[in-house]
Amino acid sequence: MHELSIAQSIVDIVGQYVPPEQAAAVRTVNVRVGALAGIVPESLTFCFTAITAGTPLAHAELAVDFIPYRVSCAACLTTSPAEPGLALCPHCGSAETTVLSGTELQVVDIELNSIATEHV
Amino acid sequence: MSVITVERKILEKNDEVARQNRELFANHDLFVLNLVSSPGAGKTTLLERTIESLKSTIKIAVIEGDVQTDLDARRVAKYNIPAVQILTRGGCHLEAHLVREAVTNLDLRGVELLIIENVGNLVCPSNYDLGEEMKVVVASTTEGEDKPLKYPAMFRNASVLIINKIDLLPYINCSLTALRDNALKINPSLTVFETSCTSGAGIGAWCDWLVEHARRKPAS
Repeated sequence: MHELSIAQSIVDIVGQYVPPEQAAAVRTVNVRVGALAGIVPESLTFCFTAITAGTPLAHAELAVDFIPYRVSCAACLTTSPAEPGLALCPHCGSAETTVLSGTELQVVDIELNSIATEHV
Repeated sequence: MSVITVERKILEKNDEVARQNRELFANHDLFVLNLVSSPGAGKTTLLERTIESLKSTIKIAVIEGDVQTDLDARRVAKYNIPAVQILTRGGCHLEAHLVREAVTNLDLRGVELLIIENVGNLVCPSNYDLGEEMKVVVASTTEGEDKPLKYPAMFRNASVLIINKIDLLPYINCSLTALRDNALKINPSLTVFETSCTSGAGIGAWCDWLVEHARRKPAS
């Protein structure tokens, strides 16, 4: 359960892009979370709401894009979703796989309300 | 509406401190391991057996991570080696900056091997690079053979798997082969040791591997 420290890291990154006087204009913070990142999206949004309450980011929404785990196989040349973490190709069982997605943990972008920005 | 493009890793601050730690460890010619497992798998006991076996061969230092108490640091300090305790006070994992602070309290002169014992937890520590050379995951037979499948990220990010408590196999419903195979399904390149800290089985092979790797200096 380290979603709280992940949420804090997200708030810190937002702070590097949005000065405090514009923070109230933040509408959405878009993040990408892979299936193998060990993060529960609902817990992350809960923690984000809890730590931003009473701050200028109180009305900002954390939008989580949950990325499925996918592997590509060099043996049978297929690309497929797999059980998160499994290194074996779900088609042919080969271990010659490369993880294509599912390990992401990134802040993608920040959406700001232009009306609020004009008032700043 | 306006959009600010960010595209940054959420844990980049931790990764940056981990990079600095790695540089510091390289400057000290230190081989550093991040020892992870669920609570009760036997990390600290394994550490004690390892120190007992290697004390006269190689100089070891230990960083102990726990939520509360310095019991573990006291256990390893009995062997007269440099040891320091990190208390996370509720935190479920160690972060790179905590290790950096702990290292400043360690006398690293002559130390060749630094073992960081992480908080007992198979989920969160897998996300946090501490600057170690590799992660060593301990899975005990009493936890069952399906642990690697349930907690894949940790087994995927580790380089070494130690299957501990093999002396208990006759009394429990766990197949050693199934446990090993499940781990290799997640990470086929794992180096696997099978140990018992009670009988001492496998400890010698693990310690030989440790000495070999700690003494293998990076090509310059």
